[in-house]
Amino acid sequence: MTRALLRYLPLVLIALLWEAASRLGLVSSLALPPLSNVIEAWIDLIRSGELFTNGLSSIYRGAAGLLLAIVIGAALGIFMAWWRPLNVVLSPLVELFYPMPKSALIPVTVSWLGFGDGSKILLIFLGCMLPVTVGAFNGARSSEQVLVWSARSMGASRMRMLWDVVVPSAMPELLNGIRTALALSFILLVSSELIVARQGFGYLIGSLGANGSYEAMFAVVLTVAFLGFAADRAYQLVMQRLLRWRQ
Amino acid sequence: MNDRLDETLETERAPARRVLAVAGWVLARSIAIIGLLVAWEWLARSGTVTPFVLPKFTAVIERIWNDALAGDLLINTGATLFRAIVGFVIAAIGGVVLAMAMSRVAAVNWLFDPIISVGFPMPKVAFLPVVILWLGLYDVSKISMVVLDAIFPVVTATLVGIKGVEREVIWSARNMGAKDHELMWQIVLPAALPQIMTGLQVALPIALIVAIVTEMMMGGYGLGGGMMTASRFADSRGVFAGIVEIAVVGFCLVKGMAILRRRLLLWHQEAMEPSTV
Repeated sequence: MTRALLRYLPLVLIALLWEAASRLGLVSSLALPPLSNVIEAWIDLIRSGELFTNGLSSIYRGAAGLLLAIVIGAALGIFMAWWRPLNVVLSPLVELFYPMPKSALIPVTVSWLGFGDGSKILLIFLGCMLPVTVGAFNGARSSEQVLVWSARSMGASRMRMLWDVVVPSAMPELLNGIRTALALSFILLVSSELIVARQGFGYLIGSLGANGSYEAMFAVVLTVAFLGFAADRAYQLVMQRLLRWRQ
Repeated sequence: MNDRLDETLETERAPARRVLAVAGWVLARSIAIIGLLVAWEWLARSGTVTPFVLPKFTAVIERIWNDALAGDLLINTGATLFRAIVGFVIAAIGGVVLAMAMSRVAAVNWLFDPIISVGFPMPKVAFLPVVILWLGLYDVSKISMVVLDAIFPVVTATLVGIKGVEREVIWSARNMGAKDHELMWQIVLPAALPQIMTGLQVALPIALIVAIVTEMMMGGYGLGGGMMTASRFADSRGVFAGIVEIAVVGFCLVKGMAILRRRLLLWHQEAMEPSTV
């Protein structure tokens, strides 16, 4: 307990410094409202339900897009490793689109699917799919030849081998790819909502900033940042559980 | 592995057959990309979708050509690359120096370790309105956002790299009388270079993404800004031209980084292994 406290003490110090800097007038309270006011604004946002309704629609978009990306991306990556012709045809496409900043697609997804949920889900799906695919591909390709051979000599069918040998050995890299995708989904979600949306965290940040209610804006920004951090930590716990069989 | 084997076989074949083999390889590799472009053009011409939803590929290329002739392409690409690369270089140098300091000085480590571990997974784009509020709408705030996002992977990768340097190497350097700063510059940093390069390879695409997102939100010159302007005027060709330009720039940057890695790490055993990207 004390060790954890000592470890995270710098963050507490930053919070205190923040409060002191704006209370003592070292920086304009417009540029940096005191932390206590930010917390007050946060409680107000929760009471009015604004944070909740906007948060819910953001989380729905992020989860739907990420889920689609994981299912389709993982299947694609494993089949690319499993069946060589598919790899020869598709890997140039993956190489071409992998480094492309997917945020460039924001205006297109909006002109295709409008301002609502659909365009954000499509954007997050497109942006998060390739890291999952590449992870699954690298993992499945590195499945040990000995395991594949022994499964085959024990008479496993091709489908069984795929499921019992290739998929488990793809797991570690696949899970790492999903972690990258999780971080990307937050970035794409917030930036697409900041640019065009009528609901969601990004929209709330933008409209509060435009109204000049900076305390509330800081409150939402910190909430989003905390959610991104918490999602990553929670995912790491899940990952450790799923990979326990690897010693 | 297979590629290497193929190459050695290749040199023993007759030149004509070698040319054929290379041509076949190039064709197989490019068939998906050509197919995608043909499908795009065909779909746009067939009339099932309006030109607003999907303009013709040839029209988009024509637009890019016109932009290039008018000089807009150069200005916009230059502005975006300037912000992304300046931010990336600051993040790269700052990140490596910070990680070196963290590995040497306990107090620095105590101060920054929680900040890095909490800050890394945070979506930093959310801070964009705050940064605009503080630093305004121009290059300074855009580059600051790039640095803020790109520095985390560099610091963590460098820390991992420095921690992973074999103790025997350090001991023998000490034994031969290396001083602390010599040890850092001549032993530890080169030994950690593979991990540092990996961190830089993660940071570079992030730098480009952030540069484009900030341009989209703040407007002005740049590939992202140009796309948003086109989008506001419902200028679909301009939007797709922007996507193609951004895809090409991203591809070149990432490939360039991979080539740089191969050159810098020629001495490392990984240069002997086949690489995927």
